[in-house]
This record gives sequence, C-alpha cells and structure tokens, in this order.
Amino acid sequence: MPKIKLPTKSPRIDMTPMVDTFCVVLTFLMLTTTMRQPEPANVDTPFSISEKPTPDFNTMTFLLSPDNRIFINFDNGPDTAYKFRPKVLAEMGKRYNIEFTEGELREFEKYPSSIGFPIQNMKAFLATKNNLERTAMQTGIPVDSTDNQLAMWILYIRQVNPAVQASIKGDSKTGFPIVKKALDILQERNVHRFNLITSLEATKINM
Amino acid sequence: MAEIIQEEKGGGKKKAKKLAPHIDMTPMVDLMCLLITFFMLTTAFSKAKVMEIVLPEKLTKGEPPRIPGSRTLNIILGPDNKIFTYPGSVKPEEFNNIPPILPPLQETDFSATGIRQLLLERNRTLARKIQDFKDQVLTGKIVLNPDSVQGTIRRMKNVDDTGPIVLIKAYKKANYGNFVDILDEMNICGIARYTFVDIAWYEEKMVESAAGITPEAAKASSN
Repeated sequence: MPKIKLPTKSPRIDMTPMVDTFCVVLTFLMLTTTMRQPEPANVDTPFSISEKPTPDFNTMTFLLSPDNRIFINFDNGPDTAYKFRPKVLAEMGKRYNIEFTEGELREFEKYPSSIGFPIQNMKAFLATKNNLERTAMQTGIPVDSTDNQLAMWILYIRQVNPAVQASIKGDSKTGFPIVKKALDILQERNVHRFNLITSLEATKINM
Repeated sequence: MAEIIQEEKGGGKKKAKKLAPHIDMTPMVDLMCLLITFFMLTTAFSKAKVMEIVLPEKLTKGEPPRIPGSRTLNIILGPDNKIFTYPGSVKPEEFNNIPPILPPLQETDFSATGIRQLLLERNRTLARKIQDFKDQVLTGKIVLNPDSVQGTIRRMKNVDDTGPIVLIKAYKKANYGNFVDILDEMNICGIARYTFVDIAWYEEKMVESAAGITPEAAKASSN
C-alpha cells in the first residue's frame, strides 16, 4: 500500500506577542532598576518587622563584616551637585597631610561602594583599576585609640554635611565587640540616632 | 474607475499571492531573554528596611536617671543566641557580699514562646491596647491616615506607666543579629520604654556562671 506522505512543515510560531510582552517587561525592569552595588564584604542583614525604607540621600553607612572589619560609605544620593564625597576626602587629606589631585577626588566620587582601608592607602587604592586588587586592599578602617580614622571620617562627614544620617549595616554573625566599638565611636561624636539596616520579615503575635 | 478583479478558476494568469514579509524574531527574543534575566538578577527588588534606634547620651556628669526597680527588666544577650533576664537591679555591694546575693538569671531564647511571651506578659495591658487599636483601624472602625496611627500608638506608649522598663545589655559573645532581634522584639511587643546600656562587670560574671563559661575562657575570648 502506498503511504500517504504528508508534507512536513516546520510549524511557524508567531513570536510577535512574545516580543511585545518581553518589551514591556524589559522596559519596566530598566526603568525601575536600582543597581545593586557590590559591597566589599558579604553581609547578610538580620530580619526585623520594620517597614521604614532606607533613606536615599544624606546617609553614611557603616558596614560591619563578620570578620570584624569596618567599612564606611557616604553620599548624598543621586544628586551629586553638592560634591559631598570629594569634599570629605579633601578634608581627610588635609588632616593626614595627603594632597589629593583633582583626578583622584573625581575617582573617589565615582567609586560607588564602601571603603575600608587606612587613608594612607587611598592614593594607591584610587590608582589601581583592578577590582580584585581593590578588594584585597580593603582591610578595614583603623579604629584603635591611637589612630582612630573612623572617628575622623565621621567628624568630617558631619562637618561637610550636617544633615547626614547614620546607618549601620551588619551581618547577623558579626561579633558584638565590633558593633559596640562602632556605636561608641559614633556616640563620642554625638551621634545618638541610628538606622539599623534590616530585611523585612512578617511576624504575628498571639496574645 | 473602480475595478473589480475577479478571480478566475483555472486558466488565465495566476496572480502571485501577496505575503506579508515574515521576520524571524527568534534572535530578538533570545536577546531580550538575556537582557531580562540580567536585569532581574541585578535589580534589588525589595529595598532594605531600616529600624531606628536612639541611644541615650553618655553621661559625663550628674547622676543617671533613677528608675523604679520593680518595673525594671534586665535583658542580657548571651553567647549562642541565649538570652538571660532578671528583674530589678543588683547593687555592687550585694555582689561583694560573701556569698554574693545575686538575683537568679532566667534563661530564655528568641522563639515566640521565649522572650516574646515573657515581654508580652509583662506588657499585657499596653500591648493589648495597641493591638485593639490596630484591629479597629484594620477593620475600618477608626479611619485615620497612617501617620496619625503611628502618632496615636506613640502617645499610648508615652502615657503608659504599667509596662516594664527594659534595659538591654550585651555580653561580648553576643552577635549583631541578637542585638537587632531583641530590638525587633521590643517593637513587636510594643514595649514603651527600652534602652541599650553597657553591661556591668557583675553582670558579665553572672552570665559566665549561668552559661558555664570558665573565667579563663572568658579572658581568652576577650583578648
């Protein structure tokens, strides 16, 4: 018996609706995205029921990593007309007798993440372009009583921008002594109001 | 003049059917898929939240404010996610007695039946008031904007004089997660008055004896 041969047609799928949807989703994501800045240390924030969002500008954030390093980050948000970061760095340079060039100040302004190294290494840090090398340089800001650079950062940040708010971002496993140290240094500089950065978690109470 | 083109069956010239040019969208879809994946992964969808805390100023002169011992509840964050609590206060003189008279430390944990129950029990009146108020707002019996809801709760806390005054202290082996958790519990239980204070040396001793840490181990960990 002769077989009836059906012509094998590759089914054509009309992709237009799919492309439409993708376009919409893509546009949405592109417009809403706020890039997640890579932090120099991995930090898993603890959970809380607080629903207050993090402030967008006028912040100084202290990053406390589980291996007892302290990092600091500060900016005045997307509005950089005020040139908050380079001003602070220039002040710090004056304090520690380091002359920063215009280019270095701009480089520091552009660097999006937290810093955690002695100010003496700042020039070397800004000069290197290699991210791995930069990460390796992040050894934490010195907080000893003889060389308390964290206190100096706080001092100049608050001088340049008095409206700044302190936030603390710590890993749940960060030991308490380093937290205490950071809180003490802040309190010595008369900062008594803190924002603790947490992730949201719903909890129900049973009476 | 209008023309009517009639199709003729068979014979005549066959007109080539006009086909809409078909564009192959597959590479475009591929690219978009990649872009969407990239944006999805890099987007921080839920913004991190913050919890506000105001620490008391360090006293350089003058006496610390006096608070009634009967309402005081001390919470010490211990090692291994343990919490130790004791009511009232210890005077250093009492500790120097031989044998030292110390209030018994009560051990508890961060579970809902641990510290939360303990706090809710001591804060029952206020917590119930706040909860009732929130329920009424939720069910629409009271219509207020969110700011005045927060304000009303704050006022309730301000005038409250039944709840405990909680002093939070941290032993050096506690971690930051414990610290945030306990402050969170304060918010959950609606504690009106709480603050974070430095741990006293006799309290460190109390924790060490309760948690079974030898003085040598304690000293080694502090170095």
